[in-house]
Amino acid sequence: MSIQTSKIKLSAVEKHFTSARGERQVAVSPLDLEIQSGEFVCLVGPSGCGKTTLINLMAGFEQPSAGSVTIDGRPVSGPDPDHIMIFQDYGLYPWRTVLGNVLFGLQAKGIPAGEARDRALATLELVGLRHAIDKHPHELSGGMKQRVAIARALAVEPSVLFMDEPFAALDAFTRYHLQDELLRLWQETRPTVVFVTHDLDEAIALGQRIVLMAPNPGRIQRVLEVSLPHPRERTRDDFAFFRRELFTEFHLVHQMALQEAEYSI
Amino acid sequence: MQHNSSARSGNNTNTEPAPVRWLLVATAMLFLTLFLFVPLAAVFSEAFSKGWETYLAALREPDTWSAIKLTVLVAAISVPLNLVFGLVASWAIAKFAFPGKSLLLTLIDLPFSVSPVISGLIYVLLFGLQGWLGPWLQDHDLKIVFAAPGIILATIFVTFPFVARELIPLMESQGREEEEAALTLGASGLQTFFLVTLPNVKWGVLYGVILCNARAMGEFGAVSVVSGHIRGMTNTVPLQVEILYNEYNYAAAFAVASLLALLALVTLVVKSWVEFRMKRQEIQS
Repeated sequence: MSIQTSKIKLSAVEKHFTSARGERQVAVSPLDLEIQSGEFVCLVGPSGCGKTTLINLMAGFEQPSAGSVTIDGRPVSGPDPDHIMIFQDYGLYPWRTVLGNVLFGLQAKGIPAGEARDRALATLELVGLRHAIDKHPHELSGGMKQRVAIARALAVEPSVLFMDEPFAALDAFTRYHLQDELLRLWQETRPTVVFVTHDLDEAIALGQRIVLMAPNPGRIQRVLEVSLPHPRERTRDDFAFFRRELFTEFHLVHQMALQEAEYSI
Repeated sequence: MQHNSSARSGNNTNTEPAPVRWLLVATAMLFLTLFLFVPLAAVFSEAFSKGWETYLAALREPDTWSAIKLTVLVAAISVPLNLVFGLVASWAIAKFAFPGKSLLLTLIDLPFSVSPVISGLIYVLLFGLQGWLGPWLQDHDLKIVFAAPGIILATIFVTFPFVARELIPLMESQGREEEEAALTLGASGLQTFFLVTLPNVKWGVLYGVILCNARAMGEFGAVSVVSGHIRGMTNTVPLQVEILYNEYNYAAAFAVASLLALLALVTLVVKSWVEFRMKRQEIQS
């Protein structure tokens, strides 16, 4: 028997699609990745790099064309309330109140009404929405909607949270607030988090490890350990160090401008 | 052609001078008044031309009363069946890819493109005495044509596109995120359908049901072919109107017709209310 060390394990995972014209398109070329229990991992890359496909494979929305995806040593065969996906567009139910939305997963699980209500209220307290339980989604701001979606996920007490660009639709200020809040929630409840983003600063602020992905075909270019303690101060030099690492990796640094800046110091 | 060019300039009605706009509005209003409002008013004024007493007596007349009951029965059976069919078909078409999908879509549209008389004849051909299944049915003493089952079958056929046609574009436009969220939260396929898909399209369902019901109660052509016009037995309300009219019993004919007109008015009011709610839901989400 081997000792189970990693929470999520991808071995030689491949995914291709056949286009309408019958051409084979490689979304993810064979790759390996291991994610530890309780770890916070960010997947970063430009569009077409396969990061969304990869998270869909891990969450069970898609099946790999080859290779295997396992969580806790078991192959992922479909969506499971133990590993919940949070979407960019929230996926809230407009006809249900905030409380009703958070209750959804608990009801689906068949948890008795009283206990479900207590758990839903406790999670809403955790995300700071205890006062808004009777509101409907259309009465909430984007940031509050995403808080409801996070509370809805946490109420089911999943061991893994998959987040697919969850803050991409929010303005910068709300995004910073929610990043900090997500970190606080993560530290309190310690799920494994896999977080897809195209925002490099967001990846540095959140991830213990950043998986850099590249397109054509979708692949892992580099895995970067971010050795900074949480919470991270976005204006500090060590933050800027990782920022430069990422920008260099994605060829976003203007060499000329950089040299000029160094001369002038 | 002149028609085309005027239609194109119609895209910028805002730039048209006021008299032109008024002329267009007035033409439309005049048309509606002549072809919709005046006939509707005529139905009611004819119906009440001999007073309330005659009106109520006409409705209470046994053959008419049995026609009303038959019409309600036909609608009570065909509308729920078409509701179930519409939900199943639209869910399958909007959410899954399967071979024969476009064929299914075409078939759903068939009753819209076929004359109702043909729809009725199909059933006479199938179940009538000279039809394919006729002898077998007679041997087993089963009456379908010229009886209530035939009327119900023809009505189902004529009205089955209403719910499905309303729901397919609605479900297709809704995308999968809310349902994926439900699946990821541990809901089963059925739970997802009843807790997410159905509440999402509930106003569309109601809309389809109203239109389906209006047509089920008002259908003439298909029902006329399969009914056999047996008084007090196989006459529905529209058929009863025709019989009374042909007998020069105008007051009674219009009294019964006023029921259908009333149904149309109620349908319109509920329909506008549902449309208003649907628009509001769209804005909210």
